[in-house]
Amino acid sequence: MTTMTRAVTDSATMLRRQLRHAQRYPALSVGIAGLPIIFLLLFVYVFGGALGAGLGGAGGTGGGRSEYVNYVTPGIILMTAASGALSTSVSVCTDMTEGIIARFRTMAIARVSMLTGHVLGSLIQTMGSMTILLVVAFAIGFRPNANPVEWIAAIAVMLMTTVALTWLSVGIGVWCKTPESASNVPLPLQLMPFMGSGFVPTDSMPAGLKTFAEYQPFTPIIETLRGLLLGGPIGSSAVQSIAWCGGITLVSYIWAKRLFNRDPSTR
Amino acid sequence: MPPSTPHSAISVIGLHKSYGDHLVLDGIDLEIPEGTVFSLLGPNGAGKTTMVQILSTLIGADAGELRVAGHDLATEPDAVRGAIGVTGQYSAVDKLLTGRENLILMADLHHLGRAEGRRRADELLERFDLVDARGKLAGAYSGGMLRRLDLAMTLVGRPRIIFLDEPTTGLDPRSRRTMWQIIRGLVAGGVTIFLTTQYLDEADQLADRIALLDHGRFIAEGTPEELKRLIPGGHVLLRFEDPGDLRKAADALGMRTPDGGALTLQVPSDGTVPALRDLLDRLGDQPIAEFSVHTPDLDDVFLTLTGQKELQR
Repeated sequence: MTTMTRAVTDSATMLRRQLRHAQRYPALSVGIAGLPIIFLLLFVYVFGGALGAGLGGAGGTGGGRSEYVNYVTPGIILMTAASGALSTSVSVCTDMTEGIIARFRTMAIARVSMLTGHVLGSLIQTMGSMTILLVVAFAIGFRPNANPVEWIAAIAVMLMTTVALTWLSVGIGVWCKTPESASNVPLPLQLMPFMGSGFVPTDSMPAGLKTFAEYQPFTPIIETLRGLLLGGPIGSSAVQSIAWCGGITLVSYIWAKRLFNRDPSTR
Repeated sequence: MPPSTPHSAISVIGLHKSYGDHLVLDGIDLEIPEGTVFSLLGPNGAGKTTMVQILSTLIGADAGELRVAGHDLATEPDAVRGAIGVTGQYSAVDKLLTGRENLILMADLHHLGRAEGRRRADELLERFDLVDARGKLAGAYSGGMLRRLDLAMTLVGRPRIIFLDEPTTGLDPRSRRTMWQIIRGLVAGGVTIFLTTQYLDEADQLADRIALLDHGRFIAEGTPEELKRLIPGGHVLLRFEDPGDLRKAADALGMRTPDGGALTLQVPSDGTVPALRDLLDRLGDQPIAEFSVHTPDLDDVFLTLTGQKELQR
């Protein structure tokens, strides 16, 4: 068996293990899917009227709440990715503290499969959560006007964002010494859509925050999704999104792998 | 130390390991022939687990020429991993999977194939008396069941060399005996075993050779018989109803009466039948409330051997 086929076979085995875990311990999966949905409902029904009126009526309708559903959904999609990342770092960290990882390390298996199993499992869960979120958003008035090609592009953007955040969270999970810290460290990721264009246009923010909001990675990704799903200008956002996601994925992958290959005694 | 031969399962020359300033293993030499049981004895913190972790490729050594199953640990760790199995003192099972799923996970990672993997899992469940619990989550297993599952998982890949790190620590006596039987069965099948334990009787029951590890060095090495000859400390404990009986018994044995009105007398003895018969003969029909034989335990071994070492310095 070549190194490559071994890596693929072992990753598939580890993925099956992850999916079994998700099935045995559904609270975490429900949490990933549930929290963004609660935020969606909260923002649309509690703040939606006021925030929608303040959007400046891009469509000129002054539609308040119904216009705000369209505005906020791409931001909530990213929140779902961040929420998935949090559960990944917790489950990776929990795994690292268990004896079974020591067993895996003394077996002749592809080392990276212990991490890729987590990444693949997490991708499936997060993409599933995003699907559920889109269904709920649809039910409460989200009306994208994307054609099939734009839909495929939008799904690709969601996927590459999830891949990037998942590898980042795998690194955080290996780096943190306790599951408690692994659940705290990724928390800022959840807040990033707020400090970007996820909930309100960046124009309405004070100078310093506005600069941060415009240059942080979530903003171009949200703008790209918005452009693809609802129409409107994308501009350089697409290229920026690809660069951010590619960069985060690469750096996180190298970081996580290096941490994982260290002597476990130095953890 | 004999030179390394092709029939060595494990060969170690000059192993050193330290964590920061703390020297954990300080120049270990070791040769374990194939198909034998080697037992590493030592108190907590002696470096037993570190040694298992190094020889099982989990952590690196600072210095030393180490070969396991004929492969160099530093340059061919994957070849070593293919030949060994490890069962640590902390159960290395997936608690969110059932016993059977844990075994199938191992079979899949050994690329046994679907049908063969399931067959092997069921065979091991049968052999380790886990058939009734196969569908239960491992998290709900008792301590003894967890250790059995742990060892069963180690055996899925049919390793030629097995590391058992304190396999019976924390087990009740019955589970301990079951574990010993299982280990004897493995040895009969030609497997080499590297066993660490805190219990002298366990090493005595199972091992061909024993080494005592203390502060990162071997302070004694040999067969169980050789080692026992090094260790005095066995005694017979006599308990009496009143100090008068004790005084009479002490006189009969030619011993000094202990101070302070004690009711017990410790008589040095190797615990053999002739020695005990002789002792009883000398006591005649003196009234004795309680008579018990104490064989040396690991405490005696360590106190004696580390004491000798201090004297030699």
